[in-house]
Amino acid sequence: MSDLHTELKKSIIEQLNLEDMEVSEIENDEPLFGDGLGLDSIDALELIVLLEKDYGIKLSDPQQGKEVFNSINTMADFIEKNRTR
Amino acid sequence: MSKQLFIQDSVIIRNGKVIVNGQIIHEIDADHKLSSFLKSIYKKQNFKYPKFFKMDSLSKLGYLASEILFKNKEPEPETALVFSNAASSLDTDEAYAETMNDFPSPSVFVYTLPNIMLGEISIRFQLRSENIFLINEEFDPGYYIDYSKVLFEEGKASKIVCGWVDLHNSDYDVFLCQISPGEGYDLNEEELKKLYLPTHE
Repeated sequence: MSDLHTELKKSIIEQLNLEDMEVSEIENDEPLFGDGLGLDSIDALELIVLLEKDYGIKLSDPQQGKEVFNSINTMADFIEKNRTR
Repeated sequence: MSKQLFIQDSVIIRNGKVIVNGQIIHEIDADHKLSSFLKSIYKKQNFKYPKFFKMDSLSKLGYLASEILFKNKEPEPETALVFSNAASSLDTDEAYAETMNDFPSPSVFVYTLPNIMLGEISIRFQLRSENIFLINEEFDPGYYIDYSKVLFEEGKASKIVCGWVDLHNSDYDVFLCQISPGEGYDLNEEELKKLYLPTHE
């Protein structure tokens, strides 16, 4: 697991207040929404803020968000390709 | 002719104590942080509702008090909620205003209204009922009695939870009680005041 994967999991737990959840409990390919972590639409907005705040990525196309936020793996891939910091 | 109404179970969360029907069921040190106190209630009562951790403190107070009130019996879907407080959602409003200096937080923004708490309680207990949240300067028994009578007379509720859930600068004061026809204390201003501010507390 890369540092970015771990960093993302820590940020998600902290930003989305996933109390009682450990980094080791989030699988890299687990769906973040729906049956996986069970995140909701407000969490999606927080993830958009997280991308901008921590990695300098502005996400404007909602359709793109669906793909990017599919799992930790898809988020990490997207960040590596698009990060400005 | 209107039905006679009674006050049944009540919950108080105040000064580091949780009091149910006059009995202290949970207590922590007087010198406590609100967040630690709220989490300690959740853990001690063994509640399993992860959404709790996403709520602001005002909603956490309302959620915990209603979870305790309904601990032994899930409420009927037509249980109405008649709530009020003095400080509205001011603590969360201020927290949100602070995030606006940097990146405004969507998850803080959604709690910048006090009646969001009623939504959280309704979602948790699957209530499909009337609800109202008014801002009053102080606990006003007359408001609860008048509004409850109207709801029952118009057949808009099978039971009512009346609530005072106030939070400002981390000072909190919570009182919930259930009202319905049946049995319990007579619903009048004096009884409500006694239950809200018991002399032995």
